[in-house]
Amino acid sequence: MDFIELEDVRKVFDVRKKKGFLRRERHEVRAVDGISFTVPRGEMVGYIGPNGAGKSTTIKMLTGILTPSGGRVRVAGIDPSRERTRLAHRIGVVFGQRTTLWWDLPLIDSYKLAHRMYRIPDARFRANLDRCVELLDLAELLAVPVRQLSLGQRMRGDIAAALLHDPEVLYLDEPTIGLDVVSKAKVREFLRDLNTSAGTTILLTTHDLQDIEQLCKRVMVIDHGRLMYDGALAGLHEIGESERTLVVDLERELPPLDVPGARVRRVEGPRQWLAFPASASAAPLVTEIASAYPLVDLSVREPDIEAVIAKMYADRAELG
Amino acid sequence: MRLYAAVAAGGFRRHSTYRVATAAGIFTNTVFGFVLAFTFIALWDERPNLGGYDKPEALAFVWIGQALLATCGLMGGGGFAEELIERIKTGDIAIDLYRPADLQLWWLAADLGRAAFELVGRGIVPMAVGAFAFDLALPDAAWQWPAFLGSVALGVVVGFAIWFLVALSAFWLMDGAGVVQIAWLCGLFFSGMLLPLTVFPGALGDVARVLPWASMLQVPADVFLGKYTGWGLLKAYGFQAGWAVVLLAAGRGLQLVARRRVVVQGG
Repeated sequence: MDFIELEDVRKVFDVRKKKGFLRRERHEVRAVDGISFTVPRGEMVGYIGPNGAGKSTTIKMLTGILTPSGGRVRVAGIDPSRERTRLAHRIGVVFGQRTTLWWDLPLIDSYKLAHRMYRIPDARFRANLDRCVELLDLAELLAVPVRQLSLGQRMRGDIAAALLHDPEVLYLDEPTIGLDVVSKAKVREFLRDLNTSAGTTILLTTHDLQDIEQLCKRVMVIDHGRLMYDGALAGLHEIGESERTLVVDLERELPPLDVPGARVRRVEGPRQWLAFPASASAAPLVTEIASAYPLVDLSVREPDIEAVIAKMYADRAELG
Repeated sequence: MRLYAAVAAGGFRRHSTYRVATAAGIFTNTVFGFVLAFTFIALWDERPNLGGYDKPEALAFVWIGQALLATCGLMGGGGFAEELIERIKTGDIAIDLYRPADLQLWWLAADLGRAAFELVGRGIVPMAVGAFAFDLALPDAAWQWPAFLGSVALGVVVGFAIWFLVALSAFWLMDGAGVVQIAWLCGLFFSGMLLPLTVFPGALGDVARVLPWASMLQVPADVFLGKYTGWGLLKAYGFQAGWAVVLLAAGRGLQLVARRRVVVQGG
């Protein structure tokens, strides 16, 4: 059965703008404008889109803190906004830019509070805490007041806090925002492990496309409150007509190479950049070049999803 | 219940980490106490028995006010209202809302923890300094101390309930500063902080004595001074508890509306 179900979900906000001294103009903002998708248990899905696209609003409806203006939301068969508290025991949430941790108190205090709040059996709590402490490297930090933690440490602390009650689904809203490379890698590794070993369903909202590339097989793209793409990461490239780049180092400067199935985009001394469709294989091109030209070295560059999505938005803007 | 006990304990410990702020608070309360004490001495020299208090009672009133200033949130919500407003403004309130806990009970528990710390941390020293420097009226009977503490506890709940309403207004107003200032002024004046409410003449006095703010200083101080005994004491408790129930219920109603109708700020 699908664990998360959204059917034509809408969220409209009434915004009042000040116009003159006493006059105010009301207008509607459709933050989420008819979104439908399902996520089966145990899947890890990326949910991406530009600022203000409606990502966080969706997450807030999935946690039950916002009531949809229309449509149907079910998480584990529960209507989130009606039975928020019951659902809360089964979900975990990490808002990257906010913290659930008790700012002035040692990290461990926040975990003890979670113990009470989610009524976690003592043995379970111990076991889960030990596992999080080990995998997220928290042992040294438990006695440190949260306000003294670095951003990366705090994020790891927040992720642990969201998992102590064994949630069946974890919503992550920008979990790697502002983190350095090492911290990002740690967080990603932990999430991958959580998804495979515990089977936790994960919905990951992010700006960092590397998060998606490294973690999610499926990705949903949202813009202006509508779902623009839902499918495999590879498919996104096709839709965006993206290209891969073959960077070729030759023995000497040559005029642009003439290779079928690729076109030269740039020449700089003995180095040339050839673009070819992301869906095509690089092997025949390499054979062709190696046989016809004095080849020294080469490398293949994968397309930048960011560029792909930007192109998708641009196309849509032209259409709309 | 164990959850809210843990939240209250956290509130207590959290405020105990602000050592410098506590020291500064003690200093401020003590200085303010001296200023008011000399004012009251001048006033009671001119008008002995003003408001039904003799001079040692009036001076005790001053120092009880200083001891309860932070505890009952007589001048500002002891930090909690400002913090809650900030969380509503920045959208951090989302975190509080998705917890499997009741927003009002959570903040009430945290505030009771805070108040307990303020009473010990910021109440005892100014009171002791006041008792050392001036001739204060102190309870004759031992039972008046626990009776006083009971009244203070009710005063804290009323204070919380008022500030909770003030803070929730930020859901609609987005900038709670104006409401905070009004609440601040009302607290200062109608609690009896500037002058005991029994001093106010006529209708103003009658009204002031039945407003909720009276529960936060006037009533506890009178319990301390032994003005209420037997039924009178129960009636005083009833007055405080009544306001606590009414205001907490109002807060609960407002919380329900806020939850349904209001945008949680920020992405």
